[in-house]
Amino acid sequence: MQERTQKIRETARELLGQGKVDCVLGYTQGSIPMRARPFFATTPDEVDQLCWTGFCTGNLAKLLIGRTDRVAIVAQGCVSRNIVGLIQEGQVVRDHVVVIGVPCLGMLEYRKIEARLPGKDVHEVLEVGDNVTVSGPGFEEVIPRNFIKRDNCTTCMHRNPVISDVLVAEAVDETAGGDLEKVAAPWESFDAAKRWEAFNATFSTCIRCYSCRDACPLCYCHVCFVDESQPQWCGKTQDAADVDTFHILRAFHCAGRCTDCGACESACPMGIKMRRMTSKIEKDVRKLYGYEPGMDVNAKPPMTVFQPNDPEDFVK
Amino acid sequence: MTDKVLSKKQMGSFVEKILEQKDVFAPIMQDKSLVWGAVTSADDMIWDFTNTDLSPKDAFFPQSECLMHCTGCNDHDGETPQGSIFQAEPLLARERVLFNVRPCDARAFWLLDQIFCQDELTHDVYWADKRAKTTLVGLACNDPCSTCFCTSMQCGPHHEEGLDILLVDVGDAFLVRVLTIKGESLAASLPEADQDSVQRAVGCKEHAEKTLAPGPCTDHLASSDVLSLFNAPFWEKVAASCLNCGTCTFCCPTCHCFDIQDEIQGEVSRRVRNWDSCMSWLFTQHASGHNPHNTKMDRVRQRFMHKFSYIPTRRKGAFGCVGCGRCVRLCPVNIDVREVVRLMDDFAANMPIPS
Ligand code: SF4
Ligand code: SF4
Ligand code: SF4
Ligand code: SF4
Repeated sequence: MQERTQKIRETARELLGQGKVDCVLGYTQGSIPMRARPFFATTPDEVDQLCWTGFCTGNLAKLLIGRTDRVAIVAQGCVSRNIVGLIQEGQVVRDHVVVIGVPCLGMLEYRKIEARLPGKDVHEVLEVGDNVTVSGPGFEEVIPRNFIKRDNCTTCMHRNPVISDVLVAEAVDETAGGDLEKVAAPWESFDAAKRWEAFNATFSTCIRCYSCRDACPLCYCHVCFVDESQPQWCGKTQDAADVDTFHILRAFHCAGRCTDCGACESACPMGIKMRRMTSKIEKDVRKLYGYEPGMDVNAKPPMTVFQPNDPEDFVK
Repeated sequence: MTDKVLSKKQMGSFVEKILEQKDVFAPIMQDKSLVWGAVTSADDMIWDFTNTDLSPKDAFFPQSECLMHCTGCNDHDGETPQGSIFQAEPLLARERVLFNVRPCDARAFWLLDQIFCQDELTHDVYWADKRAKTTLVGLACNDPCSTCFCTSMQCGPHHEEGLDILLVDVGDAFLVRVLTIKGESLAASLPEADQDSVQRAVGCKEHAEKTLAPGPCTDHLASSDVLSLFNAPFWEKVAASCLNCGTCTFCCPTCHCFDIQDEIQGEVSRRVRNWDSCMSWLFTQHASGHNPHNTKMDRVRQRFMHKFSYIPTRRKGAFGCVGCGRCVRLCPVNIDVREVVRLMDDFAANMPIPS
């Protein structure tokens, strides 16, 4: 991690020093342990505040949307795929961004760490190789990285950036080793009633803060369907019908676009596993269209194109 | 009022006795998370916790609350047609006790009382009804966590404002600090506290206050010029990484913005109040199309100005934050309210006095 941080700083210093970009979008150390904060470095003096840790769990591609300046963005595998997606969808101009690619070791989930250390106040986390050393007053625990990775990172299929102008480390194994098919498997084995039940249980504690939407780089509509007010499309109450409408539609809007970056789950204050929905859709898109989102700037996303030999009748 | 004592062994029967007459709520474990929920016996209650992710404000200000409803236009109640006339919702049927409220959250209720029930014309009956029928039993914090900064926010780990009773864990017993008449009736059966327990509680308080990390200075905020602070140069930077999600406002014990929706289905309708958030552009969107909080920066600034400038200006210097640290822990991009308060206070300290 330390090496990645050093290389990110070096690259940022060079890019800003030579005036190649107006800012470098990366992360800086959070104000409390186990957090990192998105950070825009605009001058070479600020680059030493940049860092790379397992807690860089947001998706910086989100903060690229709508910018008109030249930005260098720090991106691991999934985030680089979202940048590709934004280029495909005309939201980002390739020539305006410099991608500082980070071969990814998998991001960490602070809730998993807290759950392993009940009642303990974590002060420091050191990530070295396959282990993470967590310490605080009166304790020090060495935990294998794989035990405390975010769920999506254990089944990641593309850990190396798919586009990058600079790479800050040697390429890592392309996949994380987990079985991606297993994520959607429970849903597939359920009948409709059981699915509905599982779906409602998944979202029963949702407070509709919309963090999942707001953290996601796919969600850039000027007016989100839940915010449409003239006329209003979606109820605002905590009734299951209103909450579920939001989640079903959000998931469908991600079809063929979601990179399984996990930013939505990381952002949720209630720890809701909304990837249960998007993973099933991701799998369907992969199986039905042979398509993985965000792999190729020139590919046509399946939900945006029509082919004359489409097997479905309704499009003819 | 006198201090009482309750041994931990007797907690079970104490709660059982209360349950005969009132509903009891407390932080409980549900699906591996600590949440506020109904308690059926003292065994459900968790005693070793920092605080819940969401504040207990939902007990008085539910996220969705029906304020009135009306039925079909041909409905009759004997002689009088009832249809299409809004009817009030029933008030709380049974009294309640909220156990193990943290002092910061109780202070938030104290603050919200002044906002929901300002005077005769501004008097929220649903809020007032639930507050009147609920007894708040606090649990003092003996081990505050590193994100707490209550002592900087006119509060503290053993603060009593807003509570009817404050429990202090003094080892094998709780010191029961009786603070109001409601508290007195709840604790009527308990014996008076011994000097030893009282002394130990004092020690716990000193220890807790000492272990709190120094919070931001706020000395210059209350007297600062609102407009200068509003136009301070740092807001763009504070807002840069904000996602404008509502997490910080939804988890906050003092945030109380809401949206009112009328829903009609056939001849039946209801008026529902739902939590809303200054972080949402829609919250301030006018029908004309104008939006006074048009940019992300406007909205972020509103959140902090409201808590640390507008509320103190209107409420005799009281801050709209109690230092619970929830937003510090839950903000997905780690925007730390303590840092923003520092920026605001530093700016206010160096501000020219308006002539
Ligand atoms: S839906 Fe979630 S996992 Fe998919 S791209 Fe959006 S934030 Fe990432
Ligand atoms: S982030 Fe979590 S709580 Fe907020 S709307 Fe999404 S699922 Fe619901
Ligand atoms: S929780 Fe953080 S990102 Fe979300 S609106 Fe609040 S400050 Fe912004
Ligand atoms: S602003 Fe943050 S720290 Fe202050 S009361 Fe609200 S949630 Fe707690």
